[in-house]
Amino acid sequence: MQEFLQLIVTGLVIGSAYALVAMGFALIYKSTSIINFAQGEFVLVGGYVCWWLYTGLHVPIVWAFLITMVIAVFMGMVLERLMLRPMIGEPIISVIMITIALAAVLKSMVTMLWGTQIKVFTPAIFSQKAIYLGPVLVSEVYLWTFGFAAVFLGVFAAFFKFTRVGISMRAVANDQQVAQSMGISVKRVFAISWSIGALVSAVGGILVGNINGINITLSDFGLKVFPAVILGGLESIGGAIIGGLTIGVLENIMGSYLDVYLGGGVKEIAPFIVLIIILMIKPYGLFGIKEIERV
Amino acid sequence: MPCGLFFETYQKDESIFPTLWVRGWMIALGIFLLAFPFFAQTVSDWVGINMLNMFILIFIFLVGAHGLNLLTGYTGQISLGHGAFMGVGAYTAGILANLGWPFWICLPAAGVVTAGVGMIFGIPSLRLRGLYLAIATLAAQFILVYAMRNWEHLTGGSAGLLVPTAKIGNFEFDSDFKFYFLALAFAIGATMYLKNVARTRTGRAFVAVRDRYLSAEVIGVNLFKYRIMSFGISSFMVGTAGGLWAFYITIISDEHFTLWLSVQYLAMCIVGGLGQVLGSIFGVIFMVVLPEVLRIPTELLSGIFPNISDIFASLREMVFGIVVILFLIFEPDGMAARWHTIRAYWKLWPFSY
Repeated sequence: MQEFLQLIVTGLVIGSAYALVAMGFALIYKSTSIINFAQGEFVLVGGYVCWWLYTGLHVPIVWAFLITMVIAVFMGMVLERLMLRPMIGEPIISVIMITIALAAVLKSMVTMLWGTQIKVFTPAIFSQKAIYLGPVLVSEVYLWTFGFAAVFLGVFAAFFKFTRVGISMRAVANDQQVAQSMGISVKRVFAISWSIGALVSAVGGILVGNINGINITLSDFGLKVFPAVILGGLESIGGAIIGGLTIGVLENIMGSYLDVYLGGGVKEIAPFIVLIIILMIKPYGLFGIKEIERV
Repeated sequence: MPCGLFFETYQKDESIFPTLWVRGWMIALGIFLLAFPFFAQTVSDWVGINMLNMFILIFIFLVGAHGLNLLTGYTGQISLGHGAFMGVGAYTAGILANLGWPFWICLPAAGVVTAGVGMIFGIPSLRLRGLYLAIATLAAQFILVYAMRNWEHLTGGSAGLLVPTAKIGNFEFDSDFKFYFLALAFAIGATMYLKNVARTRTGRAFVAVRDRYLSAEVIGVNLFKYRIMSFGISSFMVGTAGGLWAFYITIISDEHFTLWLSVQYLAMCIVGGLGQVLGSIFGVIFMVVLPEVLRIPTELLSGIFPNISDIFASLREMVFGIVVILFLIFEPDGMAARWHTIRAYWKLWPFSY
């Protein structure tokens, strides 16, 4: 029982990082209807840039964190302007392909700049000391990660709900033409969506990088996000958060209980098995908008 | 359309190569392809690339790319799992060949098994479109590669699986020279099939499903049947390609069939031109030749920068990404469309009005 609780807690922590990245993904999909295969590479770039600033250039962590965020925002904006805007009106497959190609470019750039070895934040930002949380033993860095992720999720949820920009983003997601006729700049909303999407992913990268170190496989995060958003429903930001947490817990549990039978590495594909099952049973997820077609 | 061409019968209108010139060029191409292996060695020495190997790869991947083009270009269903489907074909062929089955049964069997797997993962396509289907096939990709790696007593795990060379009767395809003709035959067969399938009832149904599936359903095209059929045929072709590849490289492992291969397949179809036979041909040539061409400057530069070969893989990936991005932004219809533009330009030159 204690092992089970332990799995749930560590799953929730990784899940909170998934939730962050999934939120960025859902946000981009919701407002621009572009499915972003490069989300994982945003995670990668965020993690590496912050590591490089902190460990390589000895910038204090608070500043390293802020500079990374600024770079992520800038990157999101530039990519949207240069690559995604010309794709408006193109078929879905072209849009998917351009984000895949973008992923390849970003990933190879990171490999060229920093190699493929694992990088660790030194000196460690959060201590690895384990503390008891009821019956469960958790390392402090996990708690910090969960806390940070929760804060970011909360801040952005409030941002969409209450601020003027957030409301205009929801308006664009709802109906682009109407939003435009009400004086909302759709282009600006697109740019903001991409920058926020890149920003939350970068934060996710920094948080996860603190736990296990950073290497090129961090970009797999972007692929694991698909099960999370499909579970939550592609258009739903709340759904993405719940989906992220669920997938984090599920992969942890399935990984440790099924490895014996299937011979290792189940954790890597568990989310995708869940994904196929969801698509077969409930294709539009928990909170997604069900498409109804009228002739 | 060339000038001075007047069709007098429907048969003439439907012919694939309408004019004498086109027929002549096709025959010339055929003769060139048949004669090429005899002087391939000289050409290889001259340009510093193993031409025979490159042509065989082009032929093998052409079979698979035609398969994906049928699914994505003609039927409009996106698949990110074709790399793994190719792997299913390769492993099926390899395992059966190790059991002692003859080559000419192994290869169709590889196609049939892959078609079955592809159809299973194609079932969600009835309810899902576009984005969702891309994600579903992405999941298929990961699950299949996982199976290849972990089902060790069947696939040999990460150590790989040894495959005997192809053999028909007592004739063994044990050298590049012999294998060239085998691969060429399959490439020609696949090309002819794709060119012709678009002109049949089935092919028209595929295109109808792609262009406006609601209207297609209203006029009596069974959506589920044709989508699944498209997945089946497409997987059959890519599975056959996988089988051929297995017999060619004679050792296969899960490393060959990663997501990267699926992405490359998709890129071949898109860069070449979706829904056009010429498109997949151009796309495959481009994607196979590109890394070979990149290798030459890399080797030249390795004298100056000793560790450039370490980053060769990422360099290739980066060039690939940039090329695809540029194509999608500036020539979204692919190389085939550009080819038609160039031809039309010269046809009217210098009086282009």
